This record gives sequence, structure tokens and C-alpha cells, in this order.
Amino acid sequence: MIREHRPVTVNLLTGFLGSGKTSLLKRLLCQPSLEDTAVLINEFGEVGLDHLLIEEVDQDVVLLKSGCVCCTVRGDLRDGLDRLFGRMLRGEVPRFSRVVIETTGLADPVPIVASFSADPALRYHFQLGNVVTVIDAVNGMANLARHPEALKQVALADRLVVSKTDLVGPEEVAALCRRLAALNPTAAIHRSSEDEPAPASLLLDDVHDPARKGEEVRRWLAAAEREALHDDHRHHHDDSIATFCLSTDEPLDWAPFGLWLSMLLNRHGSEILRLKGLLWVEGVDRPVVVQGVQHLVHKPVHLDAWPDGKPVTRLVVIGRGLDRAAILRSFRAFNRLGRSAAGAAYSAATAD
Amino acid sequence: MCGLCGMFGVAEHWTDQSGAESQRRRIERQHRVRIANAVLEPFGLRCADWQNRFTLASRTGKSVVVDHLGALWPAAEKLAGRPIDPLDPAVIAKVEALVEAR
Repeated sequence: MIREHRPVTVNLLTGFLGSGKTSLLKRLLCQPSLEDTAVLINEFGEVGLDHLLIEEVDQDVVLLKSGCVCCTVRGDLRDGLDRLFGRMLRGEVPRFSRVVIETTGLADPVPIVASFSADPALRYHFQLGNVVTVIDAVNGMANLARHPEALKQVALADRLVVSKTDLVGPEEVAALCRRLAALNPTAAIHRSSEDEPAPASLLLDDVHDPARKGEEVRRWLAAAEREALHDDHRHHHDDSIATFCLSTDEPLDWAPFGLWLSMLLNRHGSEILRLKGLLWVEGVDRPVVVQGVQHLVHKPVHLDAWPDGKPVTRLVVIGRGLDRAAILRSFRAFNRLGRSAAGAAYSAATAD
Repeated sequence: MCGLCGMFGVAEHWTDQSGAESQRRRIERQHRVRIANAVLEPFGLRCADWQNRFTLASRTGKSVVVDHLGALWPAAEKLAGRPIDPLDPAVIAKVEALVEAR
């Protein structure tokens, strides 16, 4: 019997120095539903795992009471993932279905994402799940103002966790959440404090989950709707991170769309931080969900039905320093190209 | 089950996974090549579908084989010796002119 290929989901846990990533990770690792998780961290000492520790496999790998495997990365992250995966296949560590990579505070998560894009072996064995970014309620606003890395971490996220909410007033938390929602309207925001358990859903609920993908896409569509409403008041911040929506109420011709987007990402992938949307593709009877991080576009998935019952294309783009008008004009021109003579030949060939 | 889910193994690039019925996929690739050539022509390049991959050739006879669209554009830029930018006003104008002419 052929065993179904199931790639291991990789979550990135990122956030600025002192934002509370490690604390969140510790709380997540206590969740029974995350017991088949492996974590890749820089140093064991940083996480303070002593009370969770059950067995030391070797100097780089420990097993935790929850069943999780915890592994330090020595050198290259790609090699770290590879070694960990090999150990699982050889039965040296328990099987895991998920890997959480905790990045260092100043790390730009983009090179990690890029390695998934560039490496076919990595792409085969692993799929990128939610990027979780932690922002602390005390210093978050200041970090966003001063550090471009912090902005990028927010813009890339699927889940934003506002930590230390018990240390500041509710108005400050609300102001930070508004700022985060403006920077990345497609990400769900979770408010947390040290003494609360961290919901496993931060990692588990994603677009790869058949039961959850509809809900995830509905949030993107709501973001697209808000962006369309605020079309005249662009969210152009000092940092020039902007969100906008590409939309059309006609079916997309996949060929010119694929050509256009791959060409756009080749040239401007480093400025396009996130891309999420629902596509109405000609000849495909179900909604196609597409999402990407910089140069990487995930394997498209389908929804069973249109979230609002009506077929549409809505693609939310979060980027830095992008020429929105040029992108819109280019998107429309390529889309129409598919409907011109080249498209007509295709339509004739595929007519029922 | 749609064409996308029924494929063996993992397709190399997301553009090969529209979810179109399998019998349409070959026609779709030809369609893609036709449109790619409309964009590549001003850069002196020509693309062709070859054994589930693409070949790319310049007017001077240089050619390369690429696996998928993700690899097409970097290779095309290298052959052309200049960027191929869909936001370049000249590229957009060319595409718009093609649409108008047809």
C-alpha cells in the first residue's frame, strides 16, 4: 500500500528581543495537542527546559515530558532540520508531525522562508505553517518605530501574539493591536499574558487544515474588504509597509496569472512580504487558495465552496515600498492578455 | 478529485497546480508558453514546452532548459542581459498594446 505523503509542518516563532517568544514556546509545549512537536532553538539554556526535561538523547537533542523533541541548531538551519528528520526516520527520536523554529530576536525570518523556496528536498519533506510573531505590549510600539526587523516580523506573520498585556493599560494594548492590524490585516491577533496557557490553535489552525482553511480564508477576505473600503486612505506608514487588494469579479486565466505572479516575485519578491487570497480560476469549479511569503508561493489548496457563495478573486498583498498603481495596472493587463487572441486559442482548445 | 490532488508525487512549482482537469493541463502549458512568448519577444527570447519542462532560446542561439516558471524568469533575465520586470511601464505598455491589437 502506498503511504500518503504528509509533509511535516514547520512553524516559525519570531519576535523582537525580549518580546516573550521563549515564554510562549514553553507554554505551547505543555499543550497535549502539540506533543508530537519538535522544536529547533539556539541554546537549551535560553528556554530553561529543566522542569520539562525527561531525557537527554545527546548534547544537541533532549526529550521533554510532553513528548516533544527539542534540538539545538548548530550552524545551518537547513542542516539542523535535515539531521532532525534523519533521526526521526532512524527511530532515534519519537516521530513528530510539526517543527517549531524559534528565531533569534534580531533575526530576519525571510532567509529561513527563502530556504524552503530554494530547496526541493526541504519543500518535499516540510511545509511552512503559521508564522507566529510575538510583540510585547510594553516595548512593541517603540520597537516597531525604531527597528525595521520588528516591522518585517509583523508583516510576515499569520498569527500575532501581543504578550505582557498584564503589564500595561488596556488603552495601550488596544492602540498596539490597531497598529498591528493596520500593518498586517490578514493575521489573527491573540492577546496573552504570562500566567495564561497559550492556545495550541496558534500553531494548529492553518490553511493546511481542511477543517480550518475556510475560516482562515474568510479572515483574509474580510481584510480584503477593509482594504477596498479604505482605498482612498492608503495605509502608507513612515516605514512604507502597505497593504492592498487585487480583485476581479471575472474568472482568472491561470496561465497569464501564473506567469505574471512568478515574474513579479522574481523581480519584487523581497518587497512582497505576504500574499494571501482566494482565486476564481477559469475551468476550476472550486475556489483556489493561494498564499506566499516573499519568493515562496505555497502549493495552492481548494475550498469546497465560496465563502460568500459568490465566486470572486481577492488577493491581499502586504509589501514594502511597492508601486501599488503599477501592480494593479500590470495585473489587469496580464489578465486581459489571457482573454485576447492567445486566450481565445486556449478557450477554443478547451471548449467542451 | 481534481487534477491537482490526483497528481503523483509533488509538482515542482505552484503554477503547475491550478486544479485544472488533467486532460487540460497540456493545453494549459501550451497556452502558458504562448503568453510567455508574447512577453519574451521584445527581449529577443523564445520559450517552448519540452518534456514537461521549458526551453528558452535567444536570437543568438544561446539556450537553456528550465523546470518551471519559477526558474524561467531568472534564466530569461540572464539570457537577455537585463531585468524583465512586469512593473516596467514599457512591459505593461507592450502587454496592453497586445491586448488592444487582438
